[in-house]
Amino acid sequence: MGVAEYAFYAFAITVVTAGLLVVVSRNPVHSVLWLILAFLSTAGLFVLLAAEFVAMLLIIVYVGAIAVLFLFVVMMLDVDFAGLKAGMAPYVPIAGLIGVVLLMQLGLAYGAWTTAEGAPALRQAVMPDLDEVHNTKALGLLLYDQYFYLFQIAGLILLVAMIGAIVLTLRQREGVKRQDVLAQMSRDPAKAMELKDVKPGQGL
Amino acid sequence: MAEFLGTGAGMALIMAVQGLMVIAFVMISLLFLVYADRKVWAAVQMRRGPNVVGPFGLLQTVADALKFVVKEVVIPAGVDRPVFFLAPLLSFVLAVLAWAVIPFNERWVLSDLNVAILFVFAVASLEVYGVIMGGWASNSKYAFLGSLRSAAQMISYEVSLGLIIIGVIITTGSMNFGAIVAAQDTAYGLFGWYWLPHLPMVVLFFISALAETNRPPFDLPEAESELVAGFMVEYSSTPYLLFMAGEYIAIFLMCALMTLIFFGGWLSPIPGLPDGAFWMVAKMAVMFFMFAMVKAIVPRYRYDQLMRIGWKVFLPLSLAWVVIVAFLAKFEVLGGFWARFAVGA
Repeated sequence: MGVAEYAFYAFAITVVTAGLLVVVSRNPVHSVLWLILAFLSTAGLFVLLAAEFVAMLLIIVYVGAIAVLFLFVVMMLDVDFAGLKAGMAPYVPIAGLIGVVLLMQLGLAYGAWTTAEGAPALRQAVMPDLDEVHNTKALGLLLYDQYFYLFQIAGLILLVAMIGAIVLTLRQREGVKRQDVLAQMSRDPAKAMELKDVKPGQGL
Repeated sequence: MAEFLGTGAGMALIMAVQGLMVIAFVMISLLFLVYADRKVWAAVQMRRGPNVVGPFGLLQTVADALKFVVKEVVIPAGVDRPVFFLAPLLSFVLAVLAWAVIPFNERWVLSDLNVAILFVFAVASLEVYGVIMGGWASNSKYAFLGSLRSAAQMISYEVSLGLIIIGVIITTGSMNFGAIVAAQDTAYGLFGWYWLPHLPMVVLFFISALAETNRPPFDLPEAESELVAGFMVEYSSTPYLLFMAGEYIAIFLMCALMTLIFFGGWLSPIPGLPDGAFWMVAKMAVMFFMFAMVKAIVPRYRYDQLMRIGWKVFLPLSLAWVVIVAFLAKFEVLGGFWARFAVGA
């Protein structure tokens, strides 16, 4: 086994273990931390696949931003997770059953998976030659040249989702004091304070 | 000997030695950076600064570090032990980790990644975990508030840092530091470096770097007047030292980044003098001097003002700059001043 194989097994085992610990750990914050470890190991797997751009983006976007928000939410939640989990035992058989059913469905779907004869060739046809350009550039060419419209549509859908979330949560409350930065900056210091020469023992 | 170095174990040995050399460089510069920081600060306030331990007080940091190590580790009640100790470790290790891709001279680099700049950015975005974990695990409301503030601040300023870096990547057509510096090696000497084509962004990058590394005037996570010392308040002894060292190493890393992407890395500013690692280190030192001066001169920002300039001023400006640079590069305005893709495509 070469270094790459060892690295693969190390990352793969870490992903699976961390994934398991996400589910079983008692403290929700620990769960999120294990989830972050799983993300990081997945990034390692991407590096082994020579997709280093995707790996770095996974770390920057998922670990650096999204998981932080997860962590925020979980830390702020005042939910008794231990209490919730205590009542879990009666449902374990049903959960197991659902898991098995899902697994079998996936197995059936992928077992019967066939590819049309020309499909891989079609997919390869748009790929830039990876011997000439490195994979970041290849990705860029695909996204911004070949599939530009699809990429833009994906962006628009995300924009709509974002605007929707903002509209749902934005509300103007009456009687709340707000900072008006412009007003604060345009105040005249001469009018805002006054220097008095106070005589000792007399006061103002 | 040469035969042994060709084998797998030999390569591993070479890599280990190279890694140790970089770490040694970072740690030794750390000792003197802290000293320089305090000296500059003192000079601005017309004090003498550290001047007792060693000649001119040069060994003050060594004495401080030693003192931290021999003190007792105080563990407050109710802390989450693994996370509590993981946090300082994480912030220190990540700060050092990013140096693996920082070149000091042409091909003087541990790992010549073609996505090097993204790697640094990814590692920098992980550094926020040291802060959050430290604040949460301490089981103290001051520490927690400090860590929340700090995390929000670091995430906000990462966005504009990333966008500014994208402008540089567009100009270079590569994410490798070697290629970025090579692209700045033009016939115009120091006027060919990216600080000129990307002039407005140099200022933005510097300010964002201050906020990203929690330096004054953006040291709100610490804000000793309201939050005692933010997320580090419950830490003592070596764990505290690790937080502190990680912070300074991250600052020095930002100096290296600015040097590489805006100020020509190891290129010589004076025509006739050879390029070399000396220039790289010298420029990093100058950058650090700027960081130290800002700390001494500028008063602390208010938290809502900080978030406001991050999201409402820096983000739109840097986003607009990405669009402008894309335009300037595509149509090769000014004879390809912004389009230097020939290098390292």
